[in-house]
Amino acid sequence: MDAPLLRVRNLSVTYPSDDGDFKAVRNVSFSLRRERLGIVGESGSGKSTTGRAIMGLARPPARVAADELLLGDIDLRSQTERQLRRLRGKRMAMVLQDPKYSLDPVMSVGQQIAETHRTHLNSSRAEAKLAALEMLNAVHIRDPERVYAMYPHQVSGGMGQRIMIAMMLIAGPELLIADEPTSALDVTVQSQVLSIMDELVRERGMGLILISHNLHLVSSFCDRVLVMYAGQIVEICDAGRLADAQHPYTRGLLAALPELGRRREELPQLQRDPAWMDDIVTPLETTSGKGGA
Amino acid sequence: MTTAGTGAPTWRSWLLDPAPASRRQARLGGWFRAWLAFQRNTLGMVGLAIVILLVLIAAAAPLIADPSTALTQVLEDRLQPSSWAHPFGTDELGRDIMARMAFGARITLTIVILVSLIVVPIGLAIGLPAGYFGGWIDAVLMRLTDIFLAFPRLILALAFAAALGPGIENAVIAIALTAWPPYARLARAETMTRRRSEFIQAAELQGASHLRIIATQIVPLCLPSVIIRLTLDMAGIILTAAGLGFLGLGAQPPSPEWGAMVSTGRAVLLDQWWVATLPGIAIFITSLGFNLLGDGLRDAASGRG
Amino acid sequence: MSIELERVTVTYGKGAKRFDAARNVTLSVAEGEAFGLVGESGSGKSTVLRAVAGLIPHAQGRVMLAGTEMGRKRSTAQRKMVQMVFQDPYGSLHPNQTVDQTLSMPIAIHKLGDADRRVSAALEEVGMGPTHRFRYPHQLSGGQRQRIAIARALILEPRILLLDEPTSALDVSVQAEILNLLSRLRRELGLTMLMVSHDLAVIAHLCDRIAVMNRGEIVETTTADALAAGDVQNPSTQQLLRSNKGFDPSGGDLDLLDAVPIRG
Repeated sequence: MDAPLLRVRNLSVTYPSDDGDFKAVRNVSFSLRRERLGIVGESGSGKSTTGRAIMGLARPPARVAADELLLGDIDLRSQTERQLRRLRGKRMAMVLQDPKYSLDPVMSVGQQIAETHRTHLNSSRAEAKLAALEMLNAVHIRDPERVYAMYPHQVSGGMGQRIMIAMMLIAGPELLIADEPTSALDVTVQSQVLSIMDELVRERGMGLILISHNLHLVSSFCDRVLVMYAGQIVEICDAGRLADAQHPYTRGLLAALPELGRRREELPQLQRDPAWMDDIVTPLETTSGKGGA
Repeated sequence: MTTAGTGAPTWRSWLLDPAPASRRQARLGGWFRAWLAFQRNTLGMVGLAIVILLVLIAAAAPLIADPSTALTQVLEDRLQPSSWAHPFGTDELGRDIMARMAFGARITLTIVILVSLIVVPIGLAIGLPAGYFGGWIDAVLMRLTDIFLAFPRLILALAFAAALGPGIENAVIAIALTAWPPYARLARAETMTRRRSEFIQAAELQGASHLRIIATQIVPLCLPSVIIRLTLDMAGIILTAAGLGFLGLGAQPPSPEWGAMVSTGRAVLLDQWWVATLPGIAIFITSLGFNLLGDGLRDAASGRG
Repeated sequence: MSIELERVTVTYGKGAKRFDAARNVTLSVAEGEAFGLVGESGSGKSTVLRAVAGLIPHAQGRVMLAGTEMGRKRSTAQRKMVQMVFQDPYGSLHPNQTVDQTLSMPIAIHKLGDADRRVSAALEEVGMGPTHRFRYPHQLSGGQRQRIAIARALILEPRILLLDEPTSALDVSVQAEILNLLSRLRRELGLTMLMVSHDLAVIAHLCDRIAVMNRGEIVETTTADALAAGDVQNPSTQQLLRSNKGFDPSGGDLDLLDAVPIRG
C-alpha cells in the first residue's frame, strides 16, 4: 500500500478575539490517498478553514497547529512562506468558489495559465503557451486559441471555473483541494465542471479533497466523506454508506433534506445537542474501514 | 438584561447587550461599538485629541487669556520674545500672541463648522437625486457639479473677495462653493451602489415613496463616507482659509485669524521668528489632527461589516 | 387571491443589446395554490416574480391579481395585496436599521396604526421573540434574518406571497426550519404562493404545480409528482432533473459544454 498523499493529525486553527480564543478547527485528523475525500459541513463548521490551513493560507492572526501535517514526506508546518509558494501549484493546488476573485483581471486567461507553468517548471514562453493550450483542451474548451486571448471578465461562470482548474493543474500537483467549486454555478454547468474534475483527477492519479455544504453532491462524487460540525470531524464514512451514518448530526442533516418524490408535511428539524460541541478525544475510524484515519 | 452572574448591570454591559430591549438601547449600543472600534486606532485617537483640544481652547479662550490683550496695541511691548507675561511673545503691534492664537482658534472653528453646514446638505441634495433617479436628472445635476468642480478654490475665493469685499463670511461662502462637488459625487456613488439593493426593492414593494426611501434608507448609508471625507477635507479647508487670511481676504484686522497672523509676521520672520511661526504651527497641528481623525474614522468604518 | 399572467414580456437594453428577460409568459395560479418556477439563472424566473410584484414598471402584457389588472404604477392598496421574500437574507434588510424599524416602516407607510402590537405579533408568528426586536441584521444569523424578511412580508397581511429562492443562501438545517415555517404559514393564512428556486427538491416540497423556464419562456408546466416520476417532456426539464440528482459518474454531457455561450 503506497504511503498516503496527505496526513493530518490533530489540526487546529485558532483565532484570537475580544472574547477569548476561538477555535475554528480542532482535533481534525485524517489521511488522504489517491482518492476523493469530501468534507461536508454547514457554515461555521470549519471546513473551508481546514482546506486553507492545509494550503498554508490561514494567515495570522490565525494560529495553525498540528501534531502532523505531511504532504508526502514534506512537513507543511515547518515550511516558510517562500517554500510554501513553491509547493502551491507544483505539489498541491486549490480551486475556489468564484473564479472572478482568483483571476487577474488585467491579464488574458491564457497568459495566466502559462505563467503558472513557467513559474513552477521553468519553461520557455513557447513551451508554456503550448502547455496552456493543451490544458485548455484537457478541460474541454473548444477553440482554445480564442479563449487563450480572452480576459476574465469576458468569460462566464462555468468556463471561468474550468480555466481555474486548468491553471491549478497545469504544473501537475498531486493534491487538489476544491472549496465549493461549483456552488456559484448553474445546476447544469455544475455537473459538467464536476465531470471534468473527475476525468482529470482519475487520469492523473491525484488525490482530491472536495469541500462543500452540499451533502448530496459530495456523496455522489467522492469516495469517502468527512462530516464537520463546530470545527471537528464528527463522522467519517464511505460515500455510498452515508445512509448508515452513526452520528446524530449527520443523520439529522440527512433527514432534514427535502427529497424529490418523498413529500413530507413537515421536514424533521435538526435538534442540536450541546454535547456535540465537546472535544472529541479519540480519532474516528472510517465506518467500513477502508484506510481509516 | 444583565449577562451571566455578577450583580448590577454596568453601563458597558447594558450597551453591549446582545438583546437590546428598546430602540434607544440599540442605537446607543451601536454607537458604543463604533467607538470601541475607533479607539483601537492610536493615530485616530491622537487626531481626536487634537480636535477636542482645538474646541476646548476655542471655548475657553477668555479663560486662557484676557481678550483685550489680543486686540489692544501696546507699542512699547512690540516683538517681545517669550516671557511670563507673554508666554508666546508679542507681535509687531504688541499684542499677546498666545491670546491671539486662542481667539484665532474660535475663528478657525467657526470657519470649519460653517463650511460643513453648507457643504454637506448641498452635496447630499444634489448627489442623492442624481444617483437615485438617474437619467436626465443625473446628467443635469452632474454637469452642474462639473462646472463648480472646474473652479480652483483659491481663485474663486479671490474672485468673490473682489466682488463682495473681503471678510470672513465671504471667505466661508467662497470656500463652501468650491468644496461641495466631491460630496455630491460621493453621495451619488453611494446611492448608485445601493439603488438596486434588495432592501430598497422591499421598500418599493411596500409602497414607500421616493422621498421616504431616500431619506430613511439611503441617507444613513451615505453619511459615514461623507463625514469621513469631510474630516479629511477639513485640513484643506483650514489651509485655504489660512491662505485667504494670508492674502488679506479672510478675517480682517484686528481679527486674530491664524493665516493673517502668519502673513503679517512675514516681515519680521528672521529676527522675531515666533510671530509667524507659532500660528503656522497651530495651522499645521490642526490640519494634521483632522487628517488623523479622518483616517481613524475611515479605518474603523472599513473594519466594521 | 389568484394570479393571472398574460403574455408578460420584459425587455432590457436598446438596439443591438436588446434582450428579453421574459417573453410571452402566460400562467395562472389559483387562490391558495402554491406554484413553483424553476430554471437556470437567466431563465427569467426572477424577472417574472418581480413583474408580479410590480417592481418592473416597463413590463408588457397583463398582470392580474384577484381579477384586477395591475397598471404601471400600483396604488398603496394594491401594494398591500402582494409581498415578497428575497433570496439574500443579508441584502434584503437595511443594515443600519433594527428589526423593529424594519418592521415598523410598512405599518407607517400604510398608516395602519397599533405598531407596537403588530410588530410583536409578527415576530411571534415567525417564531422569534422580543429579544430579537431591537437587534441589527448583523447581530442575527442567516435563518433569523430570513424569518424577519418573512415577518416583514406578512405584516401587511398580503394575500399573495412571492418567494425568490428563499432558502438558497441558508444551511440545510436552517432551510428545513424555514420551509416548515412557510408551510405552516401558508396553511394557517391561506396564502397564495409563487416561488422561484433552482432546487427541484425544495420546490417540489412546497409547490403543487411547477413551471419550467428557459431563456425567458415557459417550456413546460408539470406537477411535483410528475417531476419525481421523471415523467417530463422538455429537454431543459430533463436536464434539470439530471443535474439535481448529483454527480453522474458516467461522464455526463461533456459535449454540451461549449453550448454554454461565452459572455461579452
